[in-house]
Amino acid sequence: MGKRTVIPFGPQHPILPEPVHLDLVIEDEKVIEAVPSIGFIHRGLEKLAEVREYPELVYVIERICGICSFGHGLGYVTAVEGLMGVEVPERADYLRTMWHELSRIHSHMLWLGLTADALGFESLFMHTWKVRERILNMFDLTTGGRVIHSVCKVGGVRRDVEEEMLDRIVSEVRETRKETRKLTDVFLRDTSVKSRLCGVGILSKEDAEELCAVGPVARASGVYQDMRLNGMCKYGELGFEPVIGEGGDCYARCKVRISELNQSFDIVEKTASVMPDGPVEVQVRGPLQAGEFMMRLEQPRGEALYYVRGNGTRYLERMRVRTPTNMNLPSMVRMLQGCDLADVPVIILTIDPCISCTER
Amino acid sequence: MKCHYRIQNFEEIKAEDLTEIIRGFKTEKYRLCQICASNIEGDTELIYSFDLDHELFNIKATVRNGGGMESITGIYQPASIYESEIHDLFGIEFTGSRPNRGGKFFVLSKPTPWLPENEGGE
Repeated sequence: MGKRTVIPFGPQHPILPEPVHLDLVIEDEKVIEAVPSIGFIHRGLEKLAEVREYPELVYVIERICGICSFGHGLGYVTAVEGLMGVEVPERADYLRTMWHELSRIHSHMLWLGLTADALGFESLFMHTWKVRERILNMFDLTTGGRVIHSVCKVGGVRRDVEEEMLDRIVSEVRETRKETRKLTDVFLRDTSVKSRLCGVGILSKEDAEELCAVGPVARASGVYQDMRLNGMCKYGELGFEPVIGEGGDCYARCKVRISELNQSFDIVEKTASVMPDGPVEVQVRGPLQAGEFMMRLEQPRGEALYYVRGNGTRYLERMRVRTPTNMNLPSMVRMLQGCDLADVPVIILTIDPCISCTER
Repeated sequence: MKCHYRIQNFEEIKAEDLTEIIRGFKTEKYRLCQICASNIEGDTELIYSFDLDHELFNIKATVRNGGGMESITGIYQPASIYESEIHDLFGIEFTGSRPNRGGKFFVLSKPTPWLPENEGGE
């Protein structure tokens, strides 16, 4: 038996864009146990929600994270609409679906770039982020913001998208798909990339279920789970079926995200082609109803949960967000058990951790 | 596609019945989604959320502020994330929590900031 040592990993580490700490208990070069701790950038946004009127709170919620910004806004307004019994117009729902999928595309491409960087493949990282710019530009042109969009509101969306712009989005998405294919071929076929991902950080289907994994992490282990199946937005009308992988290793998680990229390209194109005419918002005035509503949506990293409780005023009594990274931490700890110390950074990255979300 | 997200299932239970009911959820292969704590008039309400086939079920149990609750980590291991969070922010003690992080999950400048008597700036 080798000598056991504890290596502190993070909160500042070259591989981590955001701070999280792990105590890695290692024996020789093998990780025996990983103990996470968070809270380095906890912002208490759930508390802030209690002192902001509900229509303006969407600006706070969107700032939980710069990558899942649109999804957080969407989750929050859908929860408030559920509490108040508001039905949004069809066109607004289609626009939300389109933006939500564009958001997934740029998030998955960001992840691919970070993974390439972690593998030491810097040119692949730079090319991936260059292609991602097309999607951010589409956000800029349609919402007025590349990172924080402020386009969702209680009752619909703040901006319509004209037909010419929808055509341009379709054209940009087709170009992005072409360019992405060349890059994803490298991720899926390059020997040096595969050697770092295949058979590393395995999470079995049983473990994924036992540890309540969510999102691409769960689906790469063969779990049939995707909150786009729960009837929100227009996924039902678009014939959505989730991508389910197999193997549960780092390569499987990469493959699932790449397949989801292609699926999101399809959804954006379909959404643009069937977008109905009509208004994009209904007026919502007055205080919140007393009561509570809990809803979930599929963020790029997995299931996110939003809970709101109203008390008859314009302020929420309680607002809760449970983000996907929070739910995937136990799975990450399981993946790290028994791995080589050198594989720790890549394994952590393959859950696509968003500490900003976790530290809402 | 069924509109699962609009279905709201909330059920209030007694705190002492919690583990038995949650064992039932586990047997029926429900997935633990989250535990949420809220301060309500001197008490802390805990909402445990579970998923089965994309439908959400919530059970509520109430304890006094800063009080104790039996841990469910023996049934659902990932509950330790939420129990640690609630312990560190709201000051609820979960008996039998595994792993017991001893209040070190969140790195905080002052303990239990969301316990009503500790709220407010310095």
